Amino acid sequence: MPILGILASGMQSSQYPTITTGFVSLKTITVGSGGASAISFTGIPASWTHLQIRIIARTNRANTSDWGVLRFNSDSASNYSFHDLYGEGSGSGAAYSGSNQTYIEFASLTAASSTANTFASYVIDILDYQNTNKYKTTKQLGGNDSNGSGVINFGSGNWRSTSAVSSLTITPGAGSNFTQYSSFALYGIQGA
Amino acid sequence: MAGAQTYEPIATQTLGSTAATVTFSSISAGYTDLVFVIRCGWAIINNAPLTLTFNSDTGTNYSYTRLLGNGSTASSDTSGTNSNIDIGYMPGTNGNGFGTIILNIMNYSNTTTYKTILDKWEGQASISTKQYVAAEVGLWRSTATINRIDLAFPSNLIASGSTFTLYGIKAA
Repeated sequence: MPILGILASGMQSSQYPTITTGFVSLKTITVGSGGASAISFTGIPASWTHLQIRIIARTNRANTSDWGVLRFNSDSASNYSFHDLYGEGSGSGAAYSGSNQTYIEFASLTAASSTANTFASYVIDILDYQNTNKYKTTKQLGGNDSNGSGVINFGSGNWRSTSAVSSLTITPGAGSNFTQYSSFALYGIQGA
Repeated sequence: MAGAQTYEPIATQTLGSTAATVTFSSISAGYTDLVFVIRCGWAIINNAPLTLTFNSDTGTNYSYTRLLGNGSTASSDTSGTNSNIDIGYMPGTNGNGFGTIILNIMNYSNTTTYKTILDKWEGQASISTKQYVAAEVGLWRSTATINRIDLAFPSNLIASGSTFTLYGIKAA
């Protein structure tokens, strides 16, 4: 198995590293004690081929679940769509979708009434994010388990824009804040 | 200011003979997430779930929720208060059958959160009713940093030729 990109750290003048080989950690935002109403990565250079966001998240919604909202380049118009396949621990699983939406949804975040110390986890891939000839596609895997209940989600999303993704924003769907210790880590992945 | 970090291999184990367990110990707390890439099977013609425990904890602190497909039927199940996590039905090695597991262990060194795993697996068992592709989320109800992972089949041996590679992802 090849080594996947061992990279040296370096001091850079911008907020992101300029090393563009392999799998590169770009920036991590960890929510502090005051919570966070939005998570934003801005000024993303078009230096890599794909992006990946690795998330653990919980919101302050007064419920056992919430969802996440993903937007690109501050676009809040109806330029998004998504499809999800999910399992809630019984039956045959289910599916849902949204077209002409104002965001890409990723569901099944834990919230204020969830079991303590449980955070949902997600890995979201944004393919060809800087390609100006393609609409942007996401692929996400995530969910939460709370010992006897839970949800696993497998989904995809689409942003109908050929613009390079230069920023992305994540907000809670129903809650007002992500809670302390929620973490959002952005990575760049370079092709050969 | 972010510095470039790594997605790097930590250790690989390839079984030269059958084994009851596979263990990764003394895992550094220096990464953010762990990724486990596994190809394995039973040492007999059958199928069974590969199980995982953390830090030698065999208490009933594990649970999972899954979405599965076997080629004709989709299903979902959940199981809680277990002494381990089933991370995938792996095939018996009649011929060269090995299943595949890609397991993300998120924020494994975070001492304020329980530990969540995200798992994709497939097992093309010789028994047609036990051939699955699946997505799974699992939970270890502990805030301890993960420093050891043990893998085992419940009542038999892991097949020779099975490979287990652990990677670390270090966030900025």
